[in-house]
Amino acid sequence: MTLRQPPLDHAGAKTTDFGGWEMPVEFDSIRTEHSAVRESVGKFDVSHMGEITVSGPDAQALLQRLTTNDVAALDPGEAQYAAITDEDGIMLDDTVVYRLPEEHDEQFLFIPNAGHDDQMYDRWVSRRDEWGLEATVTNRTDEYAMIAVQGPDAPALLGEVTEVTLGDLSRFDIAAGSVSGVDSLVARTGYTGESGFELLCPWDEAGTVWDALDCQACGLGARDTLRLEMGFLLSGQDFDPEEEPRNPFEAGIGFAVKLDTEFVGRDTLEGIDVEGSEEKLTGIVLQERGVPRHGYAVTTPAGDEIGTVTSGTMSPTRGDPIALAYLPVEYVGEEQSVRVVIRGEPKNGRTTTPPFLA
Amino acid sequence: MSFEIPDDCRYSESHEWARRQNGTVRVGITDFAQDELGDVVFVELPDEGDAIDAGEDFGVIESIKAVSDIYAPVSGTVTAVNDTLVDDPELVNESPFDDGWMVELELADESELDDLLSPTEYREQIE
Repeated sequence: MTLRQPPLDHAGAKTTDFGGWEMPVEFDSIRTEHSAVRESVGKFDVSHMGEITVSGPDAQALLQRLTTNDVAALDPGEAQYAAITDEDGIMLDDTVVYRLPEEHDEQFLFIPNAGHDDQMYDRWVSRRDEWGLEATVTNRTDEYAMIAVQGPDAPALLGEVTEVTLGDLSRFDIAAGSVSGVDSLVARTGYTGESGFELLCPWDEAGTVWDALDCQACGLGARDTLRLEMGFLLSGQDFDPEEEPRNPFEAGIGFAVKLDTEFVGRDTLEGIDVEGSEEKLTGIVLQERGVPRHGYAVTTPAGDEIGTVTSGTMSPTRGDPIALAYLPVEYVGEEQSVRVVIRGEPKNGRTTTPPFLA
Repeated sequence: MSFEIPDDCRYSESHEWARRQNGTVRVGITDFAQDELGDVVFVELPDEGDAIDAGEDFGVIESIKAVSDIYAPVSGTVTAVNDTLVDDPELVNESPFDDGWMVELELADESELDDLLSPTEYREQIE
């Protein structure tokens, strides 16, 4: 199998296979890159993220029925976070749905996670045909490069090179305009918890946009520590239809489920919403040294296993180890004493509600 | 990228170094190894007096992105442990051959050092 390549040649960066893409994981050090985003600004090549456009008379109806949020609530130039669920309410992916600005040729754009673009394209097309809807669905993953510029100084840095009036963009807004002369979409979205933007531009012009952003280059390593400090989900790890089948309520994103809309999985989720979930994704902070990692057991102080770490790291901002795990609901909310078993050793931890940053 | 490979050390294929000094041998991980691991956040080391065998894992090093065993390049008894790594594990990144050393060993068999890679041989391995 050949790994898909991003549009930019990140010479000197360490790379990793992520969702079938060879992506930069680290340019300098995760700590350096992480701090740049928390304290000033950093840029990420996230061109491995999928881009699928949906247009036509039934575009909105199709998206409404395949995502959990209320697509009808979007005005042109607005976006929303959503889950994509199956009939059982199990999350297949999470995504951001953009209703594109009116001057744009396409009406909607959504962003499946890395490596999921073909699967989501097939899902959209087959359901469209099954339901007899009139919509054009196009997988543009290889046409759009995606560059994130994130951090408190991101508005000032991007403001110097774009004609888009960034002050007019609220969180989850999107506008069309040039960035360093390249026709782009500028969205006030991100995966770091900081102020910032995600830029979509033609694949072949990614280098112009990347080079115009004079700041720390960041890899997927820092992207992971940044998102984990915020408690943001990582598809394929914090939920996965095969390995970690979870519904949006368990995963803590019930805010993105609008049960007053019609979508695949809605009826099951309505039942779960009434009954409540037995387990929920919970934060854990360790009071001992060690790094909790995916798959490590979580136990009670007495040693009874109550869950498994889905994501964990040493938090660069806090300086202590943090983790996410699905735990019985009695461990959610209030600080409870738990253990994370690291190479056979139970390490003391306390549950907490993400984000891990004050 | 050019990695530091001091001439006064011998090297294992698993990227540890051993350096003779004042009757004992100091052991740590190489510049190449620390760069591969990235930001070191935690080091678990044996206790003084522990006996360790060449090729055996005697400690654990955790970076943000990976966990890795540390293997003994030579056999011996631990005579000193670099306790500063408990609070400052990043010394392994900043100074792998000096402040980031891990243990000192009293060797069981001095000739084991000769079995390790020379600086030139180690450079060939990583390049």
